[in-house]
Amino acid sequence: MKVCELCEKLELELLSGENSLGNDIKGCYCGDLLSWVMSKAESGDAWLTVMGNINSIGVAVLADIACIILVENAPLDADALKKATENDIAVLRSSKPAYDIAVSVSKLLGD
Amino acid sequence: MSSLQLHFDVDGEDFTRAGEASGSIKRTLKELGLTPDIIRNVAISVYEGEINMVIHANGGMIDCEVLPDVINVLLRDSGPGIADISLAMQEGYSTAPDNVRDLGFGAGMGLPNIKKYTDEMEIYSTPGVGTTIRLKVYIK
Ligand SMILES: Nc1ncnc2c1ncn2[C@@H]1O[C@H](COP(=O)(O)OP(=O)(O)OP(=O)(O)O)[C@@H](O)[C@H]1O
Ligand SMILES: [Mg+2]
Repeated sequence: MKVCELCEKLELELLSGENSLGNDIKGCYCGDLLSWVMSKAESGDAWLTVMGNINSIGVAVLADIACIILVENAPLDADALKKATENDIAVLRSSKPAYDIAVSVSKLLGD
Repeated sequence: MSSLQLHFDVDGEDFTRAGEASGSIKRTLKELGLTPDIIRNVAISVYEGEINMVIHANGGMIDCEVLPDVINVLLRDSGPGIADISLAMQEGYSTAPDNVRDLGFGAGMGLPNIKKYTDEMEIYSTPGVGTTIRLKVYIK
């Protein structure tokens, strides 16, 4: 499933990374501790988190994350937005909690 | 391909710049046409070392050498050093202060991640003098 399809189906707000909407989502990972994410997330994962700082963008770049989904309307700070834009990282946002989004992603990936 | 050397000075104060060395190494390895797995292993390992320098050691230096069959990385700092390396290598052990935990650091997974994503890892440290980490990722 492409990032743009997910964005549409879950009515996510697109904050950055228009050029990465064609990325393929292969799985999903939830977590806020950055080293934990680098240990356990796989490349091509949609990453669900409340961490919208510059370091989470760095992690997404290095770990080949397909897109970041900020859950529960978590903020994306200005430095992070700048870095996400520079690196074409798709950052999406939802008002829903991580669990709800993860369940939806799982259903969509299962189709 | 012969050898390629990259050098970076890591600023100890600046969290917003942490990740520049690993990001730059990642771009270079991509240009060299290495496989995504190898690039990811090196990039994550360097990032963990780089961020440790910023959080725990007030900065340091990173050297990366790309040879036909291996990528060597040397991370050096003159920070406080690590008294008990085997303890520091354990998953979950962290002395990270609260202000960096708020940013998502401090899981105590950085050094274990370096071990996980490299083929060889050596760590030397002397309290009061500094820490040196040598990494190898083979190009299969
Ligand atoms: N370069 C260094 N200089 C001094 N101490 C270090 C250095 N690198 C790591 N340490 C010590 O080893 C501990 C474990 O490091 P590790 O990277 O595994 O976890 P962390 O940095 O605390 O958290 P995380 O990496 O998960 O965000 C650190 O908390 C710190 O006490
Ligand atoms: Mg660390």
